[in-house]
Amino acid sequence: MRYTPHTPSDKEQMLQAIGLSRIEELVEHIPRSLRERAGISLPQGLTEVAVKKRMAALAAKNATAQDWRLFLGGGIYHHAIPSAVDAIISRSEFSTSYTPYQPEVSQGTLQAMYEFQTLICQLTGMDVANAGLYDGASAAAEAVLMARRLQEGRHRVFLSLSLHPQYRRVIATYLKNLEDVELVETPFTESGGTDVEFLKGHMDEKAMCVVVGYPNFFGVIEDLAVIQEACDRAGALLATVTTEPVSLALLKPPGAWGVDIAVGEGQSLGVPMALGGPGFGFFACQKKFIRSMPGRLAGETVDGEGRRGFVLTLSTREQHIRREKATSNICTSQTLCVLAATVFMATLGKGGMRRLAEVNARRAHRTRERLVKEAGLVPVFTGPFFNEFVLKVSGWAERRARFISNKIVPGIALAEWYPELQDSLLICVTEMNEEEEIEQLARTFCGR
Amino acid sequence: MRERSAGANGRGSDAPLIFESGSPGRSGFFWPEEKGAAELPPELLRDEISGFPEMGEFEVLRHFTGLSHLNFGIESQFYPLGSCTMKYNPKVNEVVARLPGFALLHPLAPPELIQGALELLFQLERMLAEISGMDDVTLQPAAGAQGELTGLMLIRACLAERGNPRRKIIVPDTAHGTNPASSTLCGYEVIQINSNKQGIIEPAAVEQVMDESVAALMITNPNTLGVFEKNIQAIADLVHRRGGLLYLDGANLNALMGIAKPGDMGVDVLHINLHKTFSTPHGGGGPGAGPVGVKAFLRHYLPVPRIQKRDEAYELREDFPKTVGRVRSFFGNFGVLVRAYTYIISLGADGLEETSRMALLNANYLKKKLEETFHLPSTEPCMHECVFTDRHQQKQGVSTLDIAKRLLDYGFHPPTIYFPLVVSGALMIEPTETESRETLDAFADAMISIAREAKENPALVKGAPHTTPVGRLDEARAARRPVLRWEPRKD
Repeated sequence: MRYTPHTPSDKEQMLQAIGLSRIEELVEHIPRSLRERAGISLPQGLTEVAVKKRMAALAAKNATAQDWRLFLGGGIYHHAIPSAVDAIISRSEFSTSYTPYQPEVSQGTLQAMYEFQTLICQLTGMDVANAGLYDGASAAAEAVLMARRLQEGRHRVFLSLSLHPQYRRVIATYLKNLEDVELVETPFTESGGTDVEFLKGHMDEKAMCVVVGYPNFFGVIEDLAVIQEACDRAGALLATVTTEPVSLALLKPPGAWGVDIAVGEGQSLGVPMALGGPGFGFFACQKKFIRSMPGRLAGETVDGEGRRGFVLTLSTREQHIRREKATSNICTSQTLCVLAATVFMATLGKGGMRRLAEVNARRAHRTRERLVKEAGLVPVFTGPFFNEFVLKVSGWAERRARFISNKIVPGIALAEWYPELQDSLLICVTEMNEEEEIEQLARTFCGR
Repeated sequence: MRERSAGANGRGSDAPLIFESGSPGRSGFFWPEEKGAAELPPELLRDEISGFPEMGEFEVLRHFTGLSHLNFGIESQFYPLGSCTMKYNPKVNEVVARLPGFALLHPLAPPELIQGALELLFQLERMLAEISGMDDVTLQPAAGAQGELTGLMLIRACLAERGNPRRKIIVPDTAHGTNPASSTLCGYEVIQINSNKQGIIEPAAVEQVMDESVAALMITNPNTLGVFEKNIQAIADLVHRRGGLLYLDGANLNALMGIAKPGDMGVDVLHINLHKTFSTPHGGGGPGAGPVGVKAFLRHYLPVPRIQKRDEAYELREDFPKTVGRVRSFFGNFGVLVRAYTYIISLGADGLEETSRMALLNANYLKKKLEETFHLPSTEPCMHECVFTDRHQQKQGVSTLDIAKRLLDYGFHPPTIYFPLVVSGALMIEPTETESRETLDAFADAMISIAREAKENPALVKGAPHTTPVGRLDEARAARRPVLRWEPRKD
């Protein structure tokens, strides 16, 4: 068989050692009625050549960012990934190891986790960060769950409607069975940002936390100064959710605005889009909340001879120790994706991250200006943005086919989630959308 | 830069942090300056990211390659972690997952442009349903624990519709810690029941606590002692008779393929760890994937979107009013799903059936080789893993932890230790089917040799490891005074 090394003589000798004569004797203690029905009705195995051929045929039925001009963001971003990233995460010492429960032979993973935690703190401007969560959406849900632990007696969660709609859905799903939480949908204004007057008018001593995107789902940079002030006044915690962390190399980070919890999706930091997963969630907060945090944490310590080393720490918060009293049920940290992000951020470094963010912002702004001027499209929101923006495209349904036949997906139609935003496209421009692509986009919008 | 400590025996991890390396102005990223301006209000902009690394690409590579040398991984070492299924992660899976037609797909592209991906997901759901004996599957959960949470939500939604979501979940004392943690997160109270002396659950123990307040019982089969829960059908009947549902933690599905289907055991919901049974890499702690399988009556509650086939096209449907909602953005860990799909078509039905049988053969072989030297807490036949204890070695004051650390010196990753919690000093060994007899022999020899050392030179074992980059680390200190990030030295 493909991956089992047993020859007939191996099997015979091993059975003999055990004191059996047939493999089937190993399973005879299992009820016969179960065994009789256990046959798997699937095709027989394939050669590696046949497997590759079949998978290539499936892959060929998909429109890739290589062959198509995709102006898609909305939580997943197409960025340049240095080849060094894949080289490192392909090393079997990283990719095939388990959670570092034996620190003496896991210093590579543990140090990388520690470096990652530091990078996330620096990028978000926060005090502490964990080693990673599943994705941005569940990280947002974990932020609300942590606020719930910290804010006893308060049960109202203000979710901005300009937060990613799938994230709102995940938060609602995570919270639906916890009786003491109430979600309050918070509208947005014509800026595309969260309606602060609504928050001021509705937050009282029952307000547990406010969750906003930064930048939000519309690409708009929320006014965290005024939102934070409203939260302070009501005693609510403020959590930001960043789906495009490259922006934080240019924008004032959540920590600088006094945000309590900063979470997000890390895919855009060196992980391929892969239909939206795997990526990883990041979770950072103020130091005073350390012992309420969900997820794994790597910490520095020493061995018996005083050598620096790293271990998983504060694990008394976690499920394998605390069981039903754990801060979360999570048992992973998407470590390999986190490693990819660590290599990515280390390779770009201080200057490269800034350059990447600037290229994105400038190219997106130039593209929007061009689409407005040349194609007469109308911006839907007035707020400042990073690399995504919403434009009104009248008659979108009729115009769509023309784009597809030009191998262009110009953006995400928002009407599916926001019926009031008919004919509105969320358009994303990154460094991967070359000048020629933008030219094609503009031309197609102009009907040429 | 900090002082490097080579230490005795040339030890010392010796690796500076990325923040302690490099030089101002260096970067491994080349991209020309973009023309134009972003016209963002200056008050929204930050200064440069203080403390961020400044290294060249080659320097970064050398740093992380150096770190990789400090790790054990399955391609370098035998890694028999019980309950973790550290089997070979086939290279073809990696090649396939990196095809642009999978890696460069955007999840919000119109469904007509990702038909190949949707077809793969649709077929993988069918395959996992067939292997596990369930009727339908969702691939959305990102990991086993998220699968548990999803499964419990389905149970809760179903019972709520029947009139009462109920209050409690029964969890055996042998269960993974995620079972009770997920129950709490789903708004349930946890009732723990004890397994018997052989480590299995007696129907009587269930009967004692099973009533109309119990929503479900979570069972792991084979359980964490590697023992088949032979009463599972009787337990399922008991639970069902009182209106509860049976949840199966499928962490140990690697023992069952072609041997017994959970769907035939009375299981209503299960999760499957693709990073265990279906060979996707563990990655040092993720990403994995935790698909959930259900019987037909729970189908309406599955997370959305659901993939459906109409004529020859695959479409995404959200219109399921009874759905629990969404537990993850987009389609779950698609890259992991591609690898699992590749594994399944590579092996096929015959290969999967052989996989479980060889997993059992390897575990039973190791059990036989070690049972004279180490104490076996259960005499029940073992499946894909076996659990020993340190009872005999404790006489010399040598514990499971010492044995585990000494194994590192022999070049083996230790088994899972101190789990399951019901077994004092547990050493839980899961060799998996991809290991050869020679490797198992070498591991058994090492274990037996350590047992001999425990008698003749216990200090040697208790002081282990002696050859790893660092010695035993002070975990108490790390927790007492947490240092969770590097910070520039304040002079």
